[in-house]
Amino acid sequence: MTDIPFLSLAIWVPILGGVLVLATGSDRNAPLARILAFAVAVAGFVVTIPLYTGFDTSSSAMQFVELQSWIPRFNINYHLGVDGISVLFLLLNAFITIMVVMAGWQVIQERVAQYMAAFLIMSGLMNGIFSALDGVLFYVFFEASLIPLYLVIGIWGGQNRVYAAIKFFLYTLLGSLLMLIALLYLFMQSGGSFSILDWHQLPLPMEPQILIFLAFLIAFGVKVPMWPVHTWLPDAHVEAPTGGSVVLAAIALKLGAYGFLRFSIPIVPDAAHQLAPVVITLSLIAVIYIGFVALVQTDMKKLVAYSSISHMGFVTLGFFMFNQLGIEGALVQMISHGFVSGAMFLCIGVLYDRVHSRQIADYGGVVHTMPKFAAFFMLFAMANSGLPATSGFVGEFMVVLGAVKFNFWVAFAAAVTLILGAAYTLWMYKRVVFGKVANSHVAELEDINAREFAFLAILALCVLAMGLYPFPFTEVMHASVDELLRHVAVSKL
Amino acid sequence: MNFVVPDFYPAAAEIFVAVMALVIMLASTFARGVRWLGYALTQLTLIAAAFVTIFTMQGEVSYTFSNLFVSDLMGQFLKLVIYFSMAVALLYGRGYLADRNIDKPEYYLLALLMTLGMMVMVTANHMLPMYIGLEMMSLALYTMVAFDRDSGRSTEAAMKYFVLGALASGLLLYGMSMVYGASGSLEFTGIAQAVYNQAANQTVLLFGLVFLVAGIAFKLGVVPFHMWVPDVYQGAPTAVTLVIATAPKLAAFAMAMRLLVWGLFDLAAQWQTMLMLLAVASIVLGNLAAIAQQNIKRMLAYSGISHMGFVVLGLLAGVVDGDRHFALNAYSSAMFYAVSYVIMSLASFGMVILLSRAGFEAENIGDFKGLNKRSPWFALMMMFVMFSMAGIPFFIGFFAKLSVLQAVVAAGYFWLAVVAVIMSVIGAFYYLRVVKVMYFDAPEDTSEIRAPAELRVLLSANGLAIAALGVAPQMLMSLCAYALLASL
Repeated sequence: MTDIPFLSLAIWVPILGGVLVLATGSDRNAPLARILAFAVAVAGFVVTIPLYTGFDTSSSAMQFVELQSWIPRFNINYHLGVDGISVLFLLLNAFITIMVVMAGWQVIQERVAQYMAAFLIMSGLMNGIFSALDGVLFYVFFEASLIPLYLVIGIWGGQNRVYAAIKFFLYTLLGSLLMLIALLYLFMQSGGSFSILDWHQLPLPMEPQILIFLAFLIAFGVKVPMWPVHTWLPDAHVEAPTGGSVVLAAIALKLGAYGFLRFSIPIVPDAAHQLAPVVITLSLIAVIYIGFVALVQTDMKKLVAYSSISHMGFVTLGFFMFNQLGIEGALVQMISHGFVSGAMFLCIGVLYDRVHSRQIADYGGVVHTMPKFAAFFMLFAMANSGLPATSGFVGEFMVVLGAVKFNFWVAFAAAVTLILGAAYTLWMYKRVVFGKVANSHVAELEDINAREFAFLAILALCVLAMGLYPFPFTEVMHASVDELLRHVAVSKL
Repeated sequence: MNFVVPDFYPAAAEIFVAVMALVIMLASTFARGVRWLGYALTQLTLIAAAFVTIFTMQGEVSYTFSNLFVSDLMGQFLKLVIYFSMAVALLYGRGYLADRNIDKPEYYLLALLMTLGMMVMVTANHMLPMYIGLEMMSLALYTMVAFDRDSGRSTEAAMKYFVLGALASGLLLYGMSMVYGASGSLEFTGIAQAVYNQAANQTVLLFGLVFLVAGIAFKLGVVPFHMWVPDVYQGAPTAVTLVIATAPKLAAFAMAMRLLVWGLFDLAAQWQTMLMLLAVASIVLGNLAAIAQQNIKRMLAYSGISHMGFVVLGLLAGVVDGDRHFALNAYSSAMFYAVSYVIMSLASFGMVILLSRAGFEAENIGDFKGLNKRSPWFALMMMFVMFSMAGIPFFIGFFAKLSVLQAVVAAGYFWLAVVAVIMSVIGAFYYLRVVKVMYFDAPEDTSEIRAPAELRVLLSANGLAIAALGVAPQMLMSLCAYALLASL
């Protein structure tokens, strides 16, 4: 393998590029800031491509490993590496960043440089989370990524943005600080190592395992978000600008789910097995109850936000059944949800930029004035409800299959969501797009321009490609998921 | 009677500062017209004292003046940080004092005498120099608080500070006399010997210990001896608040180290229990009370109380069931926290000074509204400070919290760590609120920020240092550990 530190590049290119964008300063240089941000986002994506092309799919070991001493006083290392579970998220993240920069091109007119810089820095930090193999390094990226999102929601958000931003921050902080204590405990027990891979091998008695599991459950459960700690998400989504919602749904929610696979399950497998029924119950509540909640929403963004919670319930459900189909299905679902929810928020953003309303009641008959847009929106709505041949179907189907192996009634309950998902998404679609032209605002709508066409088309291609031929995605994760399951099957007591 | 000439060499820095204080006193009397003289000489003295300290630095512990004075790496390291923090604080405060026409040479003279007091505290190996140093520092501080003599609030603050400070000194002195009565020695090493040999009367010793801890707690400003902190921080001119909130915390830390760890290490089980109560009460009350504040100086005062709670948390994690294995780890974490706090505190009050101008005190949190529109750069710096104080990475405050929590967890006090982090989340709220008003609100006051260039440059450097030390904290951490290594 080459010696180029691709993971470091994936982290630091967007961060340093973001600082550079920030340096363009006032809004007089806005055009420059936009172009620079776009260039950085593309560069950030380009440096992640070798991670995929150079990835050895037959190995479950960490690849592209970088190991350097960072804080020897506590044996904290700058330790990076990716396996089949994490590598795809770096690509997804870098890709979504390009979409976000494009989506904010015209809408954001105030403090452009700060807006773009926040997203670029966030993207770098999130790459750091997905590739960190040192507990403190993970934690540092995990917390630091809150800052840009807090600012994005608070500065460019809607009416109630301050409440949403602070709620988002404090909820996540509470979870992660408890995790910090668990990390320190592991540090002590392992004889002074913060390496996640060392912790995977560390034998632990049951009682600490349970406590550690609960600490992780709070930290990652808030981030996923799982019912009942999900209430920050609809607020944050509704108030965030389009770009913020996209990043939240497409990437930030995945951090929690990723944490389960990297921390909870391999480090405390016995507790994970013992408490799996709890997590499965919470996941099913999220899937079904939140599905019903989504049905009654009158605000489009809120509806998609609740739909995200419901879809993420599927992901946690898949993880805790401990079989190949479940975990791979959940991972596919995570990536697919990244594309689909991102696209849904971008579509709502397209409408919002024109009418400045997110209320479903303010629309109707959009298809008459925006036919091209309606076609794209249709595809994404279908993908969101899990139509075969779209990416949404693959993950959900795999998880349901995995659930059948695990327990018929769980599978039955999970499958209900497919109907619910179709119901709330398509019903919203019908009310917004079909019917007579509802009011003068809708009558004056202009169809999407070339820039909007470009990002929606790219996302549409991704959704279709993943739905028709998911093999390139599952191939990458196969060996690592296998290894994870083998590891989890062995008790650490 | 034969007179032995003591070895002056280890105390060269103290002697130098004392002489310079006299020089400044004379200079300010005979050259009254030259206003900058006091300031310039004080700054020069601080810089020169740093060089003297570095050149006379010795690796091993040495005593002089009949064991009244100890020279060790911990003392020298803390002295260097004290010079640094005083120099920065005086530089930040200069324009502020000039605007209010109180930048008299006497102010700088007092600051220098206060520095000398702190140096004596840091290097004391005996109850008497410890007490003399403490009084020297405190008396100079009381006067500095009242320096704006036409301001009613400053005078009130100085009065409160003086009365409560005198009470605390009394408590400390009483505790010292108890310990002396029980152990028969005023020298810390002698006390330690007596306690170790169990030659001291336990009851009297413990009685004295309670008073010593109370005195230390007052100087650190931890609950329940915190009453003076918010009032004095708010009432004092901001330039003086800046001084109170920084270097004296290090001196108080040194006092705790000398009295408790050097002198009464064998009573660790007893004083650790006391400190535990103090730490929990400070972290809880400091964070909760800070939420209710509208005045940023008061808010930072309560936040300081909770930060000192964290320092105490580090101090109490040194000995577990008689096992001293954790001592170095715990005390160096506490020291790292204290030094980090000083760096953050300098920047936070520096920002308050930056926004103030002649006839206007930027005291309310509302005065930070829309700072991002007025000056994106300083809004960014203030954001660094706030997130650092909240313990968010990549800032130094995070690593300070990490190292203290690590020490607490290593000592097995999980519940303490849980209380500390839950209160940190609550604490994050008021720091976030400052970021919120700077970034999310529209400015009410759109006047341009006018401040001396040196303040702008140094404040920027200070903010950047908070971020840089958060990316690479290793240096400072190992310095703290190394400085303590020989002294334990």
